[in-house]
Amino acid sequence: MIYDVLIDGKKYRLQLERAEAGWVCHLNDSPVRLDAVLSRPEVLSILIDGKAHEVKRERSANGEVHLWIGPSRYAVEVNDPRGLARKRLAGDERGPRRLVAPMPGKVLRILISEKAEVEAGQGILVVEAMKMQNEIKAPKKGIVRKLMVVEGAAVNAGDILAIVE
Amino acid sequence: MFKKILIANRGEIAVRVIRACREMGIASVAVYSDVDRASLHVRKADEAYHIGPAAATESYLNIAKILEVAKRSGAEAIHPGYGFLSENGQFAQACAEAGVKFIGPTAAAMRMMGSKTRARQAMEKAGVPFVPGTSRGLASHDEAEQAAARFGYPVMLKAAAGGGGKGMRLVRAPQELRSALDAARSEAERAFGDGEVYLEKAILNPRHIEVQVLADEHGNTVYLGERECSTQRRHQKVIEEAPSSFVDDDLRRRMGDVAVRVAQAAGYTNAGTIEFLVDAERNFYFLEMNTRLQVEHPVTEIVTGLDLVHLQIRIAAGEKLPFAQDEIALRGHAIECRIYAEDPDNNYFPSPGKITLLLAPSGPGIRRDSGMYEGWTVPVDYDPLLAKLIGYGTDRTQAIARLQRALDEYFVGGIKTNISLFRRILSDPDFGQGRIDTGYLDRLLASPRQAEDRNHSAVAAIAAGVFAAMDAAMAPASSNGNRNGLPASSHWKEAARQEALQ
Repeated sequence: MIYDVLIDGKKYRLQLERAEAGWVCHLNDSPVRLDAVLSRPEVLSILIDGKAHEVKRERSANGEVHLWIGPSRYAVEVNDPRGLARKRLAGDERGPRRLVAPMPGKVLRILISEKAEVEAGQGILVVEAMKMQNEIKAPKKGIVRKLMVVEGAAVNAGDILAIVE
Repeated sequence: MFKKILIANRGEIAVRVIRACREMGIASVAVYSDVDRASLHVRKADEAYHIGPAAATESYLNIAKILEVAKRSGAEAIHPGYGFLSENGQFAQACAEAGVKFIGPTAAAMRMMGSKTRARQAMEKAGVPFVPGTSRGLASHDEAEQAAARFGYPVMLKAAAGGGGKGMRLVRAPQELRSALDAARSEAERAFGDGEVYLEKAILNPRHIEVQVLADEHGNTVYLGERECSTQRRHQKVIEEAPSSFVDDDLRRRMGDVAVRVAQAAGYTNAGTIEFLVDAERNFYFLEMNTRLQVEHPVTEIVTGLDLVHLQIRIAAGEKLPFAQDEIALRGHAIECRIYAEDPDNNYFPSPGKITLLLAPSGPGIRRDSGMYEGWTVPVDYDPLLAKLIGYGTDRTQAIARLQRALDEYFVGGIKTNISLFRRILSDPDFGQGRIDTGYLDRLLASPRQAEDRNHSAVAAIAAGVFAAMDAAMAPASSNGNRNGLPASSHWKEAARQEALQ
């Protein structure tokens, strides 16, 4: 199997084959002595040239995959170069951007009207959850094309709140 | 002794009290709202009853409903935990009238301590040291100006019914006073339904140190040493420890004596906490009394070797304190981290949701009081405290090292938690030296962060590939699950869909 892995903007090519005992692994064409055991779902115990690591995997609702090694989190994108469908490129800066509720809660206030121009980081609306008020900010400079909620509305995590273009 | 106790709370503190009941051979009764059916306290209790919708006002604050469950289940006493009804004099009164023992002080003692101005007036009579201030609500701008001139700037405006930093304003100069008073009043009115505001001389960057007291119903009151609670973010405690590295034996005895005097002046019974501000010269001033078990009670339990919840129950059952003041000795050091469902990288946004993976620390010197479990969905409706991680050792250095080790073992997946905040605090040299005051943490968080070590990206790349290969091996080979070489992450979804269709 061949995987292209993208981490912190850097691309790694990984060749992995199951062997009698463990794995045969090449990272960017260099051989790596690897042993890996799934110690429980989403937790991998791996030994790389004798060094032990525990790697936890977290998958978010929007399809992102994060791996945790110690206190550090790595966002990873895995592509199989032989696959026909390639993962869509995320985060096009020029297109419309959806503002999504990061948590379930209630829309307390809307700070801006439709068609208004906003700066990146400007507050668009306030959502209350767990007794805390949280300002949802514009992800980029642009125009608020549509507000999808009204004040007082209950929202779930992942609900679209507004579209900034 | 009681045969059955109802716990009018949820989360980790309900679990804590249920455990004490189990240890004492007392049956426990849990109550739960719509969103808490699957919560840990319901799983751990002997009996559990539904009390209403998610909104606390209609469930955990619903006095009539809770007393009805107490009657129906035959509970003889109610433990209120902290928060919710724990400091509600009306509830204590209603329990007494219903013939159910409230595990805590009397309604009268609670009411006296519930108002900061009323408490001040009573404590002044008992000769308790105070931050110089008005002790009475301010009637006008003019009165405020005269008082501020008398005590000297800077001054602090505080809501009489206050707590959690609400209705509080620091005023550095006379020209700021009028608008600050108006703002504090309206904030207090909104937060507590009571706009009474008083004025104190401001103690800049004090320490916040509190003393635990226990009083039985036979006139015996003792103090159990202090807790250092200066590590606060925006007036909210984040780390608590016992003992305080700032308090020596002499100061401990003096603060303890005053704490006992405060409790006695209020006719206090059961467990309570007297909060003090301590300035750099080790002068201490009475701040307020918390008439309940505190979130941070475990650090006191560890250094005294006592179980405060057991003792609360024994006292409520009419037993005498089983020890005298001179039998209480402090040993070692304990530090508590409050683990919250919030995102430290995003302005401490609350982060409710499903816990997809939970790896919990254990081993020497670690205590974990938790209300969460893997697969549980943290509801959006309540305080985001998930668990308390307490590290202890022979001394403070060892307690810190054990906590750091335990934090490395702790992993909560699917939601964000503030675990990384504790790594940062515990590795800070000022914290290590005990150089903390109530402004310490906000200063630390405003300072630039150390660059994170990112040298494991090759390991992450290999792990990502292994996960993908394992996913592929587990995907049903005969189904359409693997069509078009979809990215690995969709195999699970596909498999789940297949399963749902069967």
